[in-house]
Amino acid sequence: MAHAEGQQHPLSVYIKVWVLLFVLSTFSYMVDYMHLEGYLRWSLILLFMFLKAGFIIAVFMHIKWERWALSFAICTPPVVLLVFIGIMVIESDYTFLTRNLFFGTGS
Amino acid sequence: MAPQDTSTAVAQPGDLKPGLTGLAEDWSSDQRTFKNVPWGKAMMWIFLLSDTFIFSCFLISYMTVRMSTAVAWPPVSEVFSLSFGGEPIPLILIAIMTFILITSSGTMVLAVNYGYRKDRKKTALLLIITALFGASFVGMQAFEWTKLIVEEGVRPWENPMGASQFGSAFFMITGFHGFHVSVGVLFLVLIARKVWRGDYDIEKKGFFTSRKGNYEIVETMGLYWHFVDLVWVFIFAFFYLW
Repeated sequence: MAHAEGQQHPLSVYIKVWVLLFVLSTFSYMVDYMHLEGYLRWSLILLFMFLKAGFIIAVFMHIKWERWALSFAICTPPVVLLVFIGIMVIESDYTFLTRNLFFGTGS
Repeated sequence: MAPQDTSTAVAQPGDLKPGLTGLAEDWSSDQRTFKNVPWGKAMMWIFLLSDTFIFSCFLISYMTVRMSTAVAWPPVSEVFSLSFGGEPIPLILIAIMTFILITSSGTMVLAVNYGYRKDRKKTALLLIITALFGASFVGMQAFEWTKLIVEEGVRPWENPMGASQFGSAFFMITGFHGFHVSVGVLFLVLIARKVWRGDYDIEKKGFFTSRKGNYEIVETMGLYWHFVDLVWVFIFAFFYLW
């Protein structure tokens, strides 16, 4: 049965997520429009970003309904990126300090 | 429907266990691992995973240059503002582009749904609408690039607003994403044409691959398109809003 393999779900789920994505995008735009600054700005940006990404992956890309064999194979490898980010944060901190020390430009 | 040649060795759907047990059994089954998943879809996922790492490399290198520059980063919100006769509205074009891409994701998901219902005309129409949204996104991006290069004098190596790394990060990240959207539009049109002709109803063999096509291809196409939208979510957050 080739078509037992398809992903068929009620349209209402998609419509709800679609509306939700619009709302979340408006919120993230409002973060800039309202000139929020500092940690509040960054945490809100990340919050709305992860919510949007999560809904797109889970519902639009059907990961929610896939077998764990597939969803784990897709969702776990990107976790190593956190290590990469950590390394590069350390690296850029060091570069920033060296630049300030030798070029003394400040900001 | 004719059984798929790849799925002959697979256990019956009723035998498959859900959750963690299913995960362990699928991976240790000495058969194909991704059960109930057409090979085209599995391959698209593997491709998207590798693409995730490419875009992550771009975004992480952007993070690195932005954190390490001793010169102030250009005020992104103002750089990308646009005025419609009155006061310039910050980031408005980018916001419109974001909404266009989300809208196109929605029409894509509907196309996949109608594809599985074998509604040929609605599927083709929705695919074309998705392609049009995608094309308008690329058009706006071209406008944005032109404005930045011609009016603001942004170059990959310098710009008048601040840190010189801004240009290279911007052109690299949005350029690569725009290229993905353009390729997506091309394939959307190709698949819309095939759906319209009814290729997937008669499982006609493809021109290049000589494999039988069916409506699963629409879902695979959808995965790619949603991924393009997904990448934009991250670019929007990190490059434009941060």
